[in-house]
Order: sequence, then structure tokens, then C-alpha cells
Amino acid sequence: MLLEPTLRRVGAVAIAALMLGTAPAALMAETPADTLVLAGAIDDIVSLDPHEAYEFSGLDVVNNTYDGLVEINPATLQTEPGLAESWSVAEDGLTYTFKMKAGVTFSSGNPVTAEAAAYSLQRAVKLNKTPAFILNQFGWTAETVDAMITGAGDTLTIKVDKPYAPTFLYNCLTAGVASIVDADVVKANEVVTDGVSDLGNEYLKTHSAGTGAFTLRSFKPNEGYVLEMRPGYWRGDAKMAKIFMTHVPEAATERLQLEKGDIDVARTLTPIDVAGMAGNADVAIQEDVGGQIYYLSFNQKNENYKNAKFLDAMRYAVDYQGMADTFMKGAAVVHQNFLPSGYLGALDDNPYSLDIEKAKALVAESGITDPTIKLSVRNAADRMDVAQSIQNTFGQAGIKVELSVGEGAEQLKEYRARQHDGTLQTWGPDYPDPNTNSSTFAENPDNSDAANNTGYLAWRNAYDPGEMTAESKAAVLEQDPAKRVEMYAALQKKFRETAPFIVMFQQARQTGVRANVKGFYTGGAVDSTAYWLVTK
Amino acid sequence: MTSTPAPPSRLIPLLRQIGGTVVTLFVTFLGLLMVTFFISNVIPVDPVLSILGERATEAQMEEARERLGLNEPLWKQFGIYVGNTLQGDLGTSIRTREPVLQEVSQRFPATLELATLATILGVLLGVPAGVIAATKPGSFFDQSTRLIGLMGYSMPVFWLGLMGLLLFYGQLGWVGGPGRLDAGYQMSLDFELTQYTGMILLDTALNNRWDMFANAFSHIILPAGILAYISMAYISRMTRSFMMNELGQEYITTARVKGMPERRVIWVHALKNVMVPLITVIALSYAYLLEGAVLTETIFAWPGLGSYITDALMVADMPAVLGGTVVVGIAYIGLNMLSDLLYRLVDPRARV
Repeated sequence: MLLEPTLRRVGAVAIAALMLGTAPAALMAETPADTLVLAGAIDDIVSLDPHEAYEFSGLDVVNNTYDGLVEINPATLQTEPGLAESWSVAEDGLTYTFKMKAGVTFSSGNPVTAEAAAYSLQRAVKLNKTPAFILNQFGWTAETVDAMITGAGDTLTIKVDKPYAPTFLYNCLTAGVASIVDADVVKANEVVTDGVSDLGNEYLKTHSAGTGAFTLRSFKPNEGYVLEMRPGYWRGDAKMAKIFMTHVPEAATERLQLEKGDIDVARTLTPIDVAGMAGNADVAIQEDVGGQIYYLSFNQKNENYKNAKFLDAMRYAVDYQGMADTFMKGAAVVHQNFLPSGYLGALDDNPYSLDIEKAKALVAESGITDPTIKLSVRNAADRMDVAQSIQNTFGQAGIKVELSVGEGAEQLKEYRARQHDGTLQTWGPDYPDPNTNSSTFAENPDNSDAANNTGYLAWRNAYDPGEMTAESKAAVLEQDPAKRVEMYAALQKKFRETAPFIVMFQQARQTGVRANVKGFYTGGAVDSTAYWLVTK
Repeated sequence: MTSTPAPPSRLIPLLRQIGGTVVTLFVTFLGLLMVTFFISNVIPVDPVLSILGERATEAQMEEARERLGLNEPLWKQFGIYVGNTLQGDLGTSIRTREPVLQEVSQRFPATLELATLATILGVLLGVPAGVIAATKPGSFFDQSTRLIGLMGYSMPVFWLGLMGLLLFYGQLGWVGGPGRLDAGYQMSLDFELTQYTGMILLDTALNNRWDMFANAFSHIILPAGILAYISMAYISRMTRSFMMNELGQEYITTARVKGMPERRVIWVHALKNVMVPLITVIALSYAYLLEGAVLTETIFAWPGLGSYITDALMVADMPAVLGGTVVVGIAYIGLNMLSDLLYRLVDPRARV
């Protein structure tokens, strides 16, 4: 999940502020009664092929047009059977048997079979687009996947290369990349160029061929999409006949449309817009969390950041609650652990709070005199606010912070090359299993420069997490779900106490809906939006 | 265009002139390509990193660099770029992997429609306002035109846009909101309408869908009005100044002395001469609006060229940025050429 749409939409905030307190519009427009009209920033969509889509807005479409073997219940955010009715795992933990649900059909009318399911997972691996790595983790490659995933009748057999925690597989199977596609339709739309088939990728970029509650009626990049309900959805027919999402990049515009009733749902409001609508009985604000984590990290090529006392000093020099209550209100909540709230095993306690005296004392104990940090920050308004607060409170604790402000991609380049000193960053999980963040934060198999392990955040900070690498790897193999939860809890605790990382916030989301809209679920930190339960 | 002494044969100078224009156009176009290309290459953004994101491995990044031709020397990349552009290939958008030409041509009609309506309104209001102001300098009308013009000049367009939306859409409900149509119409646009031009007002009229036409008009009138206001401010100021200059000329005095009605003196004799420089002013103002009036398109969720280029810039999708810029550049060059042609129609001195 590469782009964080709301953070880029800070334009004209001052103007939105001017609009605070203006009376709701006198004249009311109406959206069609059978259609849910949404506005949001959807310019992140690259493709609507479920085995390629990897951006927030694209996955929202995929979640409503396709299903996987295992699904996430939009209301409870717990996993539940999807197109597979039941499953079991063999003693050795290497072979899974899924029994397919009977009577489910694709939008074409074709029945869902174990063959189609096997074809889908094989296709996702062979297509090898960005999200394919989620499936590659199980030892499935273009060469091996045909033998490892086979379907016959109503039984799908899945082999994995190591005895992983079963929850790891089930969680990964809820991801968009594990969606089941209509093999016949896809095969009929393959394009062969120079003897190489595109596996229907070009077709699926703008068409749907799934079992979802909706079909994709039209999609125009950076303009919008229309989904059409199809009768006979296995989870119950959608209540809305159509879903219409329009691309409205400007939050203040969205707010105006929502108050006028020209849209039913506004997805990228800023906290200022939300505050401005307080007291408007026609509009309700839904709050939940997203998966994004805000953190500070420090490059251990600088010896100061190996000093436990100094790291502790910094942990007590951040005004977590102060920021969350002021400029981050509605955009983030305090969260100090690397697993986002909502994830299996996530810790929700936040032991650190601003304590300048304690921080000062810890700096003194650390033996570091006149510490100075060069903190790299992206030139986005929300990042700058956080950085300035940190500069202020660190300064009070005797730690000088120099801000190095730059363009996002350039800062990322510096970070990946281990050339930063300290940096303010965000991280979004890749798939709904704790291993996604555990492996990136707490693992670093080789800390040498030559290893160039840019995928590991620990490596980027020249941080060797010691035993944690092995512990995180063990957690993904743990067969007992309860024990697995304990292992992640222990990892997060150890990490927040020792690593040169300070996790500060988890993203919060505020969605504006018309008062008559019910049953709109955004998917929280682990899933995408569900449209089929919406009524209005 | 300089006027040449009466030639023995009219054909050769004409050909020479056409040839000269073509060469000028080509050199201008090449210059445009060079500037856009090199600017896009000096900005400190790694397009590969912005496309592939944080998770990319070195191998994937190297593969992408190779595929996008970014490993070639710069001069070679430029050569390939010019060659392709001349063949009508503006490259492939890095982000969507669609041909840029196709994307731009889908977006351009929306901007063209907006800019054209805005320019028509701007001319219809700006020229008479400037003429009247010039004939009564210092009058209340002159002062208020100047004040209104100054406001249009100096107010940020996004502010005007938001305030306009708030007042005319939010409070008064006189116009449609952001976007080109109401949701109900927008959804069915692709299925119920044969899209001949991509311009909704024209397409709805050609399809005899007057309900949709009225809806589209209610949506376009506010952004077009706001752009027209800015364009009017400029046009009226320039018209006034040209007109003042013209009214001081001797031929005007002569016409007045001859007893010609004042109305005819101003609206026929003087205005005809004012039209010559005014054409350039209008063409430039039109070209400016064709740039997409980026902020207006963003605020009004208008799917035009301006928002296309902005969105592309956000993710460092350079082929898309370049393609969009080249189209704008071509529009500039084209409008300049058109104003040259019109010159010749209205100014006999410029004719061969």
C-alpha cells in the first residue's frame, strides 16, 4: 500500500478554516435512491486486476467485486470462511485441504470450482505483479505453484514449503492478491504478444470477473468508477443497486458536496472539515483506524543511537498526547507498538508519555554531551507539524534537533541508502498478518552494507535486532494461535524498549456520511471497504 | 510579420512566408521539447522509486530503469523522445501504463470546453467594458471596471473558486456542484450518450439530451464564470488602454469632425483598429486557460488536462507530465499561429 491519499490533500486548509461555521446549504440536492455516491481521492488506482491492485482505492473495488477462500467480516474484522466452506491442515503443517462452498457462481454465471481457485492463485503468482510477494512467502513461484496448488471437484489442495502458522496462511488468503477469478472469462480474454500471454491482465485492469456483490460497470482513471449490484451474492444481495465513486481531490469541495447532499460519503476529509460540520444533523462522522504507523527512527551508524539511556531519553521527550489532541486530531491516535491496532497480537498499551525532567536526567546519564540530531522530514504539512513539535520538546530536554526538509521520494532514497541521521516516517502494513510488520521492523538477517536489505526497516537504520530476528521467524511458524499472539506481544514489548525506533501514532480515519447512510464499513486497519452492507 | 513592398509575383513571397512559418514552428517546437525534457531530468526525483515505492528491491529497480530506458545517456534519451513525439507517440504513463496520448486526448476536451466558454464570456464582457471605460475615462463606470478588474487580477483563483462554490452552490443553490454532471447523469454518461467530441455541452446537444445539457451547463457555468472573470479582467484592461490610444488618433478626430455618429466612430472605426492587438491578448488569455487553470480544475473536480498534469507530477510520472506539457505547448503555438492569420484578415498591412 504505497500511497496514503489523505496526507497529500492538505491544500487550501486555510480556506477550509474560513468555511468553519457556515450554515448548511439552503437547497438540498439528492443522490439517486438506489445509488451510493462517494467522493474521494482515487488517483492512486493503478489497476483493478485483483492480482495486481495494491493501492487503497483499487483494493476497495477488488473487495467488492471478488472474494477469496478466506474472508474478513466487515463488521467484526475477524476472518471467516469465504469461497471455501471449511479447511484443515495436515499433521506436518505442510498440506492444507480446502473444501469449496457449493452453489456459488461468478458474475458470468460460471460455477466456482476448486479448479478455478487453483487457477487464480497460480495466476497471481505467475503474473508476478507487486503484491505477488505475499504469496511467494509460502514457497510458491512460477515454477512450483502448479504442483503446490491443485484443485479437483470441490477440493483444493495447497502445499507450503515450511510448516507456517496456519493463521499466517489464512490471513494472507484474505488479501486482494488471493482473490478467486473466473478462469474461463480470464482465459477467453488473454492477449498474446510475441508468444507471451498477459494472463488477461489488460482485460482485468478495467473489467471484473469475480464472485463479489458487485460487478465493475465502468472505470475512468482519475475520474471515477461505477459498480453494479448483481443478484444472488452468496453473502446476501447488496442493498444498493449502484455504487458511484467520483474523484474529488479537494477536501473542502468534498465537504461542500456532502453538506449539500450531492454525495452520500466523503472519504478524504481533513480534521478541519470535520470540525466545521459539527452540529450538522444531516451529516455523521464515522471514526476508525487505518493501518499506517508514524514512527521516528535513528541510524545506528551514529553511535549515540546505540546508547540505551539516550534512546530512552528520546522516548520520554515526545509529546504524544499533545500532538494527538491538537493538530493530529482525527488523523492519528497515540500508538507505540509496531503492530497496528486490529492486527492479531497487536499491543494497545502505550507506556511512554512526555516527561521532560525524566528525559533530561536520562540524557545526563547517557554521558552524551550536547546531542544534536539531524531529522529528515518530508515537506508535507502534517509531517512538518510533528517534526516541529519534536524539535520543541527534544530541545527542552537538551537534545538539539535540526530539521532537514525534502521531497518524499528523495528522503526515501536517502533512508534506503542508510544516509540519514534520524527520520520521521510512516509505514503501512502489506497484508493482514502480524508478520508483515514484524518482519520489516524486528528482523534483519544481515546488517552489513553489502547486504543492501532495503526491505527491512531495521537494516535501513543499521540496527541489528539480535535474537528478535529469530524470534520473529519463529512466530510465523508457531502452530498454536494463542502462543503466536504471546510471541508477538513479547516482540513488540522488547522492540519498543530497545530498538532505535519510536513508534508514535496509528493513522485514524474520519469518514463523513449522510445521516441516512448505514452500514458503511471501511475495513479498519486490516481490510478494504465493504459496500454491500450499505443502506440509505 | 513584416509587410513587404509590393512584389512582382505574389506566389514566391507567399511560399517563402509559409516556409518561414513552418521553420519557425518547428524550431519553437523543438525548443519546447528540449526545455520540457531537460527540466524533467534535472528535478531531483527518482521516477523509479516513486513508482515502485518503499518495498522495491534493487533488482526490481534496476529492471525498471532498464525497461524505461533511463540507463541510456541523456542525449540519446532526448533523441528517442523527439523521434517518438514527431510520430505522435508521447510515451507511456509510468503509473497507469497507458499511452500518454490516449490519456491526454481523453482529458483535453474537458479543459477545451471550459477554456472556450470562459474565453467567450471573457470577451463578451471584457471588450465592451473596456471600450465604454475608455470613452468615459474617470467616470464611475471606468472606476468600477478598474476596481473589478484589479480584483480579478489579484485574487487567487482557488480562493475565488471556493468562495464561488460556497456562495452559488452551497448557499444559494443556483448552480451545480463540482464535477461535470450530477452523479445520476455522470454514471450513465458512457452508456447513454454517443460521445462525438468529449465536450459535454456539445455531445448532449448533438444527442438531443437537453435535460443533460441543462445539467452540464449548471455545472460548467461557475468554473467557466470564474475563469471568465479573470480573463475579462485582463481583456477589459487591455481593451481600455488600446482604445484610449486609438481615440487620440487623428483619424478619429477627422471622423468626428465629419459629423459621424459617435457610436459609429467608437464601435466601428476605433474598435476595428483595436482588434488587431486585441487578438493577441485574447489568444494569449485563451492559451493560458488551456493550460488547464490547474487550481480551478482541482477545486471543481474537473477531469481536465490541468489536473492530469498535477496528478502526474505528484507521483513523478514524467512521460505524462511531458506529454501534457507538449500538448499545452502545441496549443500555444497553434493559437499564436491563428492570431497571426487573423491579423492578416483584419489588418490589410499585414497581408501579402
